[in-house]
Amino acid sequence: MALKIIASQCTSCSACEPECPNVAITEKNGTFVIDPKKCTECIGHYDVPQCAAVCPVDNTCVIDTSFPRYQPPA
Amino acid sequence: MSASAQHQIASVPQAPNITDIMQTVAEHKGCGTSGGSGKASCGSGAGQNDLPTEIWEKVKNHPCYSEEAHHHYARMHVAVAPACNIQCNYCNRKYDCANESRPGVVSEKLTPEQAAKKVLAVASTIPQMTVLGIAGPGDPLANPEKTFKTFELIAKTAPDIKLCLSTNGLALPDHVDTIADFNVDHVTITINMVDPEIGAKIYPWVFWKHKRYTGVEAAKLLTDRQLLGLEMLTARGILCKVNSVMIPGINDKHLVEVNKAVKSRGAFLHNIMPLISAPEHGTVFGLNGQRGPSAQELKALQDSCEGEMNMMRHCRQCRADAVGLLGEDRSAEFTTDKIMAMEVNYDLETRKAYQAHVEEERVAKVAAKQQELETLAGEASDIKLLVAVATKGSGLINEHFGHAKEFQVYELSTGGAKFVGHRRVDLYCQGGYGDEDSLATVIRAINDCHAVFVAKIGGCPKSDLITAGIEPVDQYAHEFIEKSAIAWFKDYLDRVKRGEIEHVVRGDAEIRQGALISAA
Ligand code: SF4
Ligand code: SF4
Ligand code: SF4
Repeated sequence: MALKIIASQCTSCSACEPECPNVAITEKNGTFVIDPKKCTECIGHYDVPQCAAVCPVDNTCVIDTSFPRYQPPA
Repeated sequence: MSASAQHQIASVPQAPNITDIMQTVAEHKGCGTSGGSGKASCGSGAGQNDLPTEIWEKVKNHPCYSEEAHHHYARMHVAVAPACNIQCNYCNRKYDCANESRPGVVSEKLTPEQAAKKVLAVASTIPQMTVLGIAGPGDPLANPEKTFKTFELIAKTAPDIKLCLSTNGLALPDHVDTIADFNVDHVTITINMVDPEIGAKIYPWVFWKHKRYTGVEAAKLLTDRQLLGLEMLTARGILCKVNSVMIPGINDKHLVEVNKAVKSRGAFLHNIMPLISAPEHGTVFGLNGQRGPSAQELKALQDSCEGEMNMMRHCRQCRADAVGLLGEDRSAEFTTDKIMAMEVNYDLETRKAYQAHVEEERVAKVAAKQQELETLAGEASDIKLLVAVATKGSGLINEHFGHAKEFQVYELSTGGAKFVGHRRVDLYCQGGYGDEDSLATVIRAINDCHAVFVAKIGGCPKSDLITAGIEPVDQYAHEFIEKSAIAWFKDYLDRVKRGEIEHVVRGDAEIRQGALISAA
């Protein structure tokens, strides 16, 4: 799994972008999006997903269940 | 803490005791603060005589330090830093940072390059523009690259522009050295509490070192970082102002403690602002019905802190991207599209010439007030009252009653005229007279005043004001505010003495909610 940003709730404040350890977040046409191929749910870096922790709007950076759970390399 | 902190500062050779110096400077803000509070009286002309020249030079053109400079110089803010690292219950970050600005207004977000161009364009058009601030939406220090890049670009082309920033303080200790390197002129920290129990009611969370903290733990972290940052800045001789948002029932009484804590750490000005809160702002406080203070509640708190320290009463909580003299907004002339198309020619000499002219005006104004004040010397009276003034700036009564977007409020006593705040009314006259509701709004906003000074006023509003017990005064049109107010007050005392009028105490007034400038 990866995280995704619910575009309709995103204020485009950009707070999440620099916090991502995998540079998975970028601005696209005024809102921010997570590249699911890069997102590791912050596993191996931090205890909690950074984007969700810094985002001012609750439940905006959420788990995207359409992707399989991220598997940290052994 | 207080004594030792001040000693530490005093022992640094290049940094004279900044607290004392700034105390003196701030006393000059209205030049009328001599009445009763035990402070040195302010009778020395334009006021620079008893200050070290380099400090006076540093502050005299700064619309944020000096109420008086407010009338003559302009500041602008640019919004380059939308991210924030804490959450405040009075903020909805769809809009601007409520710390330096009002909720419910959106500023245009700019890249550092756009922001720098905008600053130069504005400074070339408005020679009074001497101060650039980076404030909300967001926290400049939660976006350090964008903030410092903007400073770097401006410092290169326009070295005469003073740089300021406002922060919630969480990240401040990490950036003090960079702030000093950029020669940042002054830093504003918003400090709403020094007690984490109270802080927990204002801040639901803070994000620090890759973790979200909540409740008392979050507030403790925030207050520790704020006070540490403040100490580090004042120890380096950087001027620090503290903003506090007055939230009735939560931190109103506590702000007296905050005042002591920040004063002892060297802050030179404390600005207590009313909470602006309405459901349509979508903030936690707006939605849960937390009210803001009334005009008299705010003034009472500012008064009770003033014995401790100089209060800043001229803050209008302007929108963060406002351009112009305070209370005026010319930002519509400087939209990103227009700026990018503009050819900017930054002319330092013209700016200097203009500023020299302004200096002459200021000296003349202070002299006029001083003369008038002498006529009050023999008077003894306990009467203290408030008057509202319609002004466009330059320290003159030069605004039409119906065009005033705000009134300046002065407290008059035999000690002189003292500026105590602003009342926003926005446009009452939007196409002629006769709009009863707007006139009622104006009266509610200045209901605690005995008189209103205007350059001009129509017959109808005049009689309505008299009915409401507020005397409209237009015989001092285009004269200096303080001089005229003192002359009127002397006459008022005479009329009371002769029994022509009876002095009655007036009621409270309302603080207008919403954005300062609806359309500019
Ligand atoms: S969960 Fe972590 S890795 Fe994924 S986008 Fe958010 S910050 Fe980046
Ligand atoms: S932190 Fe949240 S609101 Fe801000 S840009 Fe990221 S997703 Fe959007
Ligand atoms: S610091 Fe400013 S931007 Fe951040 S939450 Fe508070 S008011 Fe809003």
